[in-house]
Amino acid sequence: MINYILRRIGYGVLILIGVNLFTFMLFFTVNTPDDMARMNIGGKRVTQDAIEKWKVERGYDKPLFWNAKAEGLDKLKKTIFVERSLQLFAFDFGASDSGRDIGYELKRRVGPSIALAIPTFILGIFVVIVFSLLLVFFRNTYVEFWGVTVAVFLLSISSLFYIIVGQFFFSKLWKLVPISGFAGGADLFIFLALPVLIGIASRLGGEALFYRTMFLEEIGKDYVRTARSKGLSETVVLFRHVLRNALLPILTSTVAVLPLLFLGALIMESFFGIPGLGSYTIDAINAQDFAVVRSMVFVGSVLYIIGLILTDISYTVADPRIRLS
Amino acid sequence: MPKIVLLATDIALYGLLVAIAFYVWHALRTPTLRQTWRTVLHDPVAMAAAVVLMFFLGVAVLDSLHFRSLLPPAPGAAAGAPAAYSTRTLSVLDWLLEKPREAREKSYSVPLATHGFEKESIVVNGKSIRDYPRLQFGGTHLKDPDADWAPDVAKRSAQGLAGGAVGVGVLWLLVAWLRVARSRASVAASLRAIWHRNTAIPWRAMLLTASFILLCAGWVAALWPFYHVFGTDQTGNDVLYQALKSIRTAVVIGSLATLATLPFAIVFGILAGYYKGRVDDVIQYLYTMLSSIPSVLLIAAFVLMIQVFVDKNPQMFETALQRADIRLFLLATILGLTGWASLARLLRAETLKLSELDYVQAARAFGVSNLNIMRRHILPNVTHVVLIVAVLDFSGLVLYEAVLSYVGVGVDPTTNSFGTMINSARTEMSRNPTVWWTLAAAFAFMVALVLSMQFFASAVNEAFDPRARAFRVRRPKASQKTSEAPAAAAVVAAD
Repeated sequence: MINYILRRIGYGVLILIGVNLFTFMLFFTVNTPDDMARMNIGGKRVTQDAIEKWKVERGYDKPLFWNAKAEGLDKLKKTIFVERSLQLFAFDFGASDSGRDIGYELKRRVGPSIALAIPTFILGIFVVIVFSLLLVFFRNTYVEFWGVTVAVFLLSISSLFYIIVGQFFFSKLWKLVPISGFAGGADLFIFLALPVLIGIASRLGGEALFYRTMFLEEIGKDYVRTARSKGLSETVVLFRHVLRNALLPILTSTVAVLPLLFLGALIMESFFGIPGLGSYTIDAINAQDFAVVRSMVFVGSVLYIIGLILTDISYTVADPRIRLS
Repeated sequence: MPKIVLLATDIALYGLLVAIAFYVWHALRTPTLRQTWRTVLHDPVAMAAAVVLMFFLGVAVLDSLHFRSLLPPAPGAAAGAPAAYSTRTLSVLDWLLEKPREAREKSYSVPLATHGFEKESIVVNGKSIRDYPRLQFGGTHLKDPDADWAPDVAKRSAQGLAGGAVGVGVLWLLVAWLRVARSRASVAASLRAIWHRNTAIPWRAMLLTASFILLCAGWVAALWPFYHVFGTDQTGNDVLYQALKSIRTAVVIGSLATLATLPFAIVFGILAGYYKGRVDDVIQYLYTMLSSIPSVLLIAAFVLMIQVFVDKNPQMFETALQRADIRLFLLATILGLTGWASLARLLRAETLKLSELDYVQAARAFGVSNLNIMRRHILPNVTHVVLIVAVLDFSGLVLYEAVLSYVGVGVDPTTNSFGTMINSARTEMSRNPTVWWTLAAAFAFMVALVLSMQFFASAVNEAFDPRARAFRVRRPKASQKTSEAPAAAAVVAAD
């Protein structure tokens, strides 16, 4: 087991090296630092001097891989690749292109992101399971027919609609919650109520349909027939037998998403003015702050890989039939 | 003669149409495919959805025939001077909708309005007062808007709906006649068969959908020359026109991005599944790496690269439309480049299964080359996976475009798209009084497109994947009064 986990971690590191090289290529060789400088300074003020100054301030004036001017090991170390890309492995993100420390920002913003993501995630799973179980319980009736139709309809609506319409009704018309913003303490609840609600609503359609097929797949199995032939009621069969067994694939598939919750919901945070990592990323993209985008790519892939490893482990924990080798 | 302009996305869209035509021809010749598609053809919901999709595709194609009109020769120019063309590239759709396109108001106006949305200083009888100004185009034919507006709109609506109804009648008769043209049955009998659903192909569902579209089109056609049917946006542009233009963007993104994933997914998926071992390791490594990067960030990174490229090479693009178009084209390509992992994973699993089967082993024993085995024996047997994923992905991509436009890495800001429309609606909804019509128009068109694609896709999925058929939702029949569902039975009985 330990051996297996170690091997998975090794593979994860290998992937991260790939991601690192790939983003470096994308951000520095396809697109030279000069281009970045030109885009960031913008407009008519672009002069060679301004570009040079911008690059020196951010440490982009060094060569990419090989510094011929430096001495000894510094030939390798005083390069953009080592200073800006390899450092990410030590979680040293450096300064953003606007000059602020990225690591500090990440630490500050992880809290609000989690405060939004965890309730959305847990309540969301609960609501989706209840909804899809209802669909399965009332199968071959009008309840299922209309339930599935509504789910497909919900699935066809862009998440932006949910946010805009939700803000319009709950904040502007009925004045139940503030339109956007964030605060700690007791106020946290009223600021997060609407984003959580909308986050659940926008996911409901697609996931309910998916869970429904999972439950139906389970219902066709032999043990369900045995349970029914013992004379158990449909309710007992559904909640005691089917739910428990179907929960297994559902839970293992959600484990993969857990680490990514740290990144927060991009759109939701930015619409509701929650100072989390999602809105940080969007701001960075809009400001064309490449340093932040690169750091977020790295953090995102680290979390994804943790999710992959956790999934593998959770399979063995949840289902004793699976042995890892 | 106007000068024909071929944009990158135009060519891609024509290519797609040719590919679809080729597939249809191929499916007609292959008995198994014909049989599978027949189940789709006999599904009322799927066929009704297909009618809506055909409407959208028609609009997208009309909007993809671009040209630059010939300018009248300059006064005093020599007879042999080269012809000058307008710098504006128009599509056939633009040309058809010239009136609403040119009818530009100053700012917002409510659907079917005669007056502006906000008060302005206007001069009446020599005195300057603040009031709602008359629109420059909407309802200018009315002398006394307050009294004439309602009867005029009612009259024109009735005319439009009547025109639409005539079209509907002609359509029903035409279909009924075409069905029996070769046999000796009467048209009336054919109409009765359609109405009582006694036809193999669900003509009733299709005709009802088409009738609805025709009635809407008739109503719009009657009112649009005189009013802005869906109002105008902040810069005074007609919202319905923008919504119609957005259809092309959505179709291009949905279809091109799906198309762009196919080469990578098919080649890598089959190679990994067929060769296993090292090749498999490398390909798995590649797609795990790609999918580990958050997709919005990956797309953002690529789009920022494009922006730099376009800014650096302005001489490559003659008109602003071409510049915007190349961005749309590249965006679709990027969505494909970053999105092939999931399909490749499915194809790999399918190929792993297939390559152990007897007929592949036999081909190997006969000394058929690896390439030929993959081309002749594996590829044709995984196409159903490709097809299912392609139709299922389409609607997701249309929705994704809106998100990307919001993040700022979507289409060019000058390109009409549902994403840009929703974006502008964001600030409009917080105005007082609310400007709701841009959002409503984007919502109506987008949901119609995505929903019909969903229904069509699920029918295709059920036809090609027998396992999916088990999860199919059936509309309960009145005779199916099971003890499990007394409530539903009561509903049926009440009908």
